Amino acid sequence: MAGGSQRVYKQRIKSTQSLKKMFRAQELIAASRIGKARARTAAAAPYERAITRAVSGVAVHTSTKHPLTSERTDTKRVAVLVISSDRGMAGAYSASIIRETERLVAQLTAEGKEVELYAAGRRATSYYRYRGRTLAAEWSYGSDNPQSDVAKEIADTLLGAFLAPVDEGGVAELHVVYTQFVNMVTQRPRVVRMLPLEVVEGVAAPGENQAQPLYDFEPTPEVVLDTLLPRYVRSRIFSFMLDAAASELAARQRAMHTATDNAEDLIRNYTRLANQARQADITQEISEIVSGADALAAS
Amino acid sequence: MAELNVDLVAADRKVWSGAARQVSAPSVDGQVGILPGHTPLLAVLRPGTVKVSTAQGTAVEAEVTGGFVSVDSNLVTIVVDEISELTGREPALR
Repeated sequence: MAGGSQRVYKQRIKSTQSLKKMFRAQELIAASRIGKARARTAAAAPYERAITRAVSGVAVHTSTKHPLTSERTDTKRVAVLVISSDRGMAGAYSASIIRETERLVAQLTAEGKEVELYAAGRRATSYYRYRGRTLAAEWSYGSDNPQSDVAKEIADTLLGAFLAPVDEGGVAELHVVYTQFVNMVTQRPRVVRMLPLEVVEGVAAPGENQAQPLYDFEPTPEVVLDTLLPRYVRSRIFSFMLDAAASELAARQRAMHTATDNAEDLIRNYTRLANQARQADITQEISEIVSGADALAAS
Repeated sequence: MAELNVDLVAADRKVWSGAARQVSAPSVDGQVGILPGHTPLLAVLRPGTVKVSTAQGTAVEAEVTGGFVSVDSNLVTIVVDEISELTGREPALR
């Protein structure tokens, strides 16, 4: 019936309008949090830099071997930590991080390794649980606002797995998959081999005419390494999480912006269709009246 | 007289940074005092109080739960896990 299609269009316009409001709100929330997330990344940088410098200092000046820096050959198990988001509404963010993880898992399996998955963030957890894959451990922590104690917990679990003997589920390597924040429009999934530690980033090259300082270690180089390396791993994992949080928010903002635009397009289309339907109704009504009057006049 | 450049950083932020005359930190072997010209040092800290005598003559004290301190050509970096209490920091840096 003619009046029916008008009502349907009006309903659609209304529901799209309320969706649009939600998209807009999510976009604004994400946009306001990005700044904070990036400020936190910047705030954590001095700590990471200081630790990196100290670790490279020790690495350069001593030949001390440490379990965290040596390769394990006694087991084929490797750990993969995937850092995803807790919520969707971020476009391809979760999909691309999971795709990257799958690629890494396939590659490691092809190398004859057994992969153990550690998932941070509800999206990854539910993806793997739905597919019946076992997760060695999982965390859901407000992924858009990670706290350092969660990072510590994750890092300690993974360090524990790396240092554990084979029959207690020890792993030989640790890979981390997270999303690197390049800029507001580009966020890239990135794979990092975290353990065993090898190349220390940002090793300060000794100056030309400056002798390498010989560090005094207190109490001993071994103990210093023992304290430094786990902290280094912790701070790296924390900074990955902060980076992932900024990426997530940027992806969400962009996705929600697109969704708002699409909702506007839909509303415009439906409004046109509704106007057309109304016009058709009126035309029909007029022609009915006219033809009715004509019929009466003829009789 | 030479001064120490001190950075006091916690896991999620830079807490204090500036010039200092003396730093004292609780290493595992006992309180270690650092003056300008100290030999390069890497020391593990135990829970305790880090004291910094700034170049302006004020004192900054922080209760820390552990971490480490590195000294290299008058550049002192105190890296701590957590700071539970901090006194004497200028309001401008707060």
